[in-house]
Amino acid sequence: MTDTDMQKQTLREWLMTDTPTSRRHAKFAALYSGWLTLKSNSMAMIGLGILLLLVLIAAAAPLLAPMDPLVQSLGDRLQPPGTEGHLLGTDSLGRDILSRMIYGSRITLYIVALVALIAPIVGLLVGTVAGYTGGWIDTILMRITDIFLAFPRLVLALAFVAALGPGIENAVLAISLTAWPPYARIARAETLTIRNSDYIAAIKLQGARAFRIITRHIWPLCISSLIVRVTLDMAGVILAAAGLGFLGLGAQPPSPEWGAMIAEGRRFILDHWWVATMPGLAIFTVSLAFNLLGDGLRDVLDPKEGGHS
Amino acid sequence: MTPLLDVKNLRVTFPTRQGEFEAVRGVSFTLGKERLGIVGESGSGKSMTGRAILRLIRPPGRVEADKMELHGRDLLSMSEKEMQGVRGQKISMVMQDPKFSLNPVMTIADQIMEIYRFHTGAGKKAAWAKAIEMLEAVSIRDPERVMRSYPHEMSGGMGQRIMIAMMLVTEPEILIADEPTSALDVSVQTQVLSIIDRLVRERGMGLIFISHDLKLVSSFCDRVLIMYAGRVVEVCEADKLDQATHPYTRGLLGSLPDIRHPKDRLEVLKRDETWRIAESVSGRT
Amino acid sequence: MSHIHIENLNVWFGDGADRVDAVKNATFDVPSGASFGLVGESGSGKSTILRAIMGLAPTWSGTIQVGDFKLGKKRPKDFYKDVQMVFQDPYASLHPRHSVDQVLGETLSLHGFKDIDNRIMKLLDDVGLGPAFRFRYPHQLSGGQRQRVAIARALAPEPSVILLDEPTSALDVSVQAEVLNLLSDLREEHKLTYLMVSHNLAVVAHMCDATAVMQNGEIVEVMTVEDMRAMNPAHPYTKHLLDSSFGYNPDAAQSA
Repeated sequence: MTDTDMQKQTLREWLMTDTPTSRRHAKFAALYSGWLTLKSNSMAMIGLGILLLLVLIAAAAPLLAPMDPLVQSLGDRLQPPGTEGHLLGTDSLGRDILSRMIYGSRITLYIVALVALIAPIVGLLVGTVAGYTGGWIDTILMRITDIFLAFPRLVLALAFVAALGPGIENAVLAISLTAWPPYARIARAETLTIRNSDYIAAIKLQGARAFRIITRHIWPLCISSLIVRVTLDMAGVILAAAGLGFLGLGAQPPSPEWGAMIAEGRRFILDHWWVATMPGLAIFTVSLAFNLLGDGLRDVLDPKEGGHS
Repeated sequence: MTPLLDVKNLRVTFPTRQGEFEAVRGVSFTLGKERLGIVGESGSGKSMTGRAILRLIRPPGRVEADKMELHGRDLLSMSEKEMQGVRGQKISMVMQDPKFSLNPVMTIADQIMEIYRFHTGAGKKAAWAKAIEMLEAVSIRDPERVMRSYPHEMSGGMGQRIMIAMMLVTEPEILIADEPTSALDVSVQTQVLSIIDRLVRERGMGLIFISHDLKLVSSFCDRVLIMYAGRVVEVCEADKLDQATHPYTRGLLGSLPDIRHPKDRLEVLKRDETWRIAESVSGRT
Repeated sequence: MSHIHIENLNVWFGDGADRVDAVKNATFDVPSGASFGLVGESGSGKSTILRAIMGLAPTWSGTIQVGDFKLGKKRPKDFYKDVQMVFQDPYASLHPRHSVDQVLGETLSLHGFKDIDNRIMKLLDDVGLGPAFRFRYPHQLSGGQRQRVAIARALAPEPSVILLDEPTSALDVSVQAEVLNLLSDLREEHKLTYLMVSHNLAVVAHMCDATAVMQNGEIVEVMTVEDMRAMNPAHPYTKHLLDSSFGYNPDAAQSA
């Protein structure tokens, strides 16, 4: 065996050990084990691959896009895919669809990242406090959750637009405000189960207070289901943002947001199908990727699967 | 005289990330119209042995044996359809916790009758009558009421008796009982065991009693197989258990606290690697 | 002056028509340094008494006195420094996402100890686990090892009383022997008082000096271990438990 082979061997052994020698070692070993489980699910890996590609494309947009996404060329309107210089064709204002899609990926990522941060965190806070404390705090928090759950996204978005003006940030805010209630419910349900466990009783017997119990004992157990839910939700979030863009409530022209692109291309769908279909395919692909990844993550993170690593 | 069940060199293997894991390694035994106990701790492979006989081990787990025959018929080569004619009809299994083995959304009547009708094709009336007969056989005093109830309305002991009724309604030849009394209170245990005792004797069945409780198995069975790490380390007559020779068996006996013979410290089993590697002792007669 | 004094303890759940009396009028004493058993079947109330002492039962009446603590609704902070509990199910008493190091470290820091590293090493040593186990997670431990960690956690605050709720019921027989020996050794070394709940008479006879037998929430008899060994029960229920503990007896079955 060559030297690098031997090094690889010991790194793998180090990660697969069942006698970790330090906190860091234990954490890395646990992560590696989770990674191996995820890796064995080829669908999930496809999803992960697509998403990594999305991030790469968004990051390298200026390098990858063949043209400026905002430059209009009225002489080149509605060119089909395969036309010289326009791999995916042009839209009604002669802008290159491929470049617009590449830059549009940034907006999609932006929306996804913001919602993925805001909604689950708010939900976690509300759900765990409600579940652990019980009593009237639980009732009040859950009724607030119900109220937000009752809002249709578009109605709330309209309200925001009326109040604050249209734009991507307000759209994201509107989506987050309607996205957090399910996370609160999940967190609360988990908390109610966990609350009665022996290990929670044991830490209470060491004099731990509610804050410590919630943050250090309950949150780590809720986070898995929340992560899975987030990835599965992302598809819906992208579609919601696209829907808002479609209505003119989200990204404003000339921004190359994928939903807005579909809206613009709607008029031409019969004779110039590519204007709406290309961004539509992009949305479909990214949503699918999130779903596949979410499924795979659930297998890795599901706390019910107690005995695995 | 063909034994009821003839098992030779049974092996159950599971592929894992760390390589192949052999849960059962070379177990051999024959079963006549007798009570055979299989005793072992967790991880010994005793439950796997029971499941392997009924071919309840799903891929990627593999069951292999030189011979696994029921009354001379090869069990290993049977198709899934043929096995369905064996499971519940020729060989039945009672498991540990009726909470988990009874269907919570079906009435007791539906469950017992379903099994009976599936295996015999009988009509509803005949199945109902047979179910009542079985419930009475397991000493349930109010069978009509029990028939209309759901499992969650039954206590542990009753649930287990219902389970036994269900598993014996088709008059199988062999009963495999996997820790049938471990989830029950001590006073209910005696009752359930006496029912199994009576039924097995009356019907001339073979019984495989799987348990971790050495005392219990030795007082209930005729012969005992002691398993460790997937192998059989000793076979003996139940009433001669205290004369057992293998260090693992002696270690198990010594580590049990005994009310009548107080000890300062309980014997601690010193596990020997050679037990794991040694050949399986055959339980074939 | 007994270390644990329970008098007329009643524990109930629910109100009015839904009220379930889990423990009725329990009275017993445990002298300092002794090991006392509570034996009974499921539903007898034995574990409920432990939970009531630890402050985990919501509604109770009567007297519970442990050492100098005469207990009321809440438990004072230093109560937990003196009285600890080991739970029954080793698979449920350790947080699935915390390593052994975190479990012991958190306990020690909650009780205000400073030299945490050393104490963790010593605790692991005391319960027969080496330093190799320090950073493992519960799913990397066997049942016996988890129970040892639970015992180490109970020992961390240096208590004088440990309540044990069926500490070996979920363990294999050979592992049970190791854990029981460990508990005996620790009791002698640290001069502990044990209150041990079990459904297994043989275990109780081995570990305890005296035991109370419970049925349906009531204590039907208190026996010393000599009485138990002499097979000299006063109450028929005790006799029934004793007989059942020797395995299957077809004659006893007929009379059951």
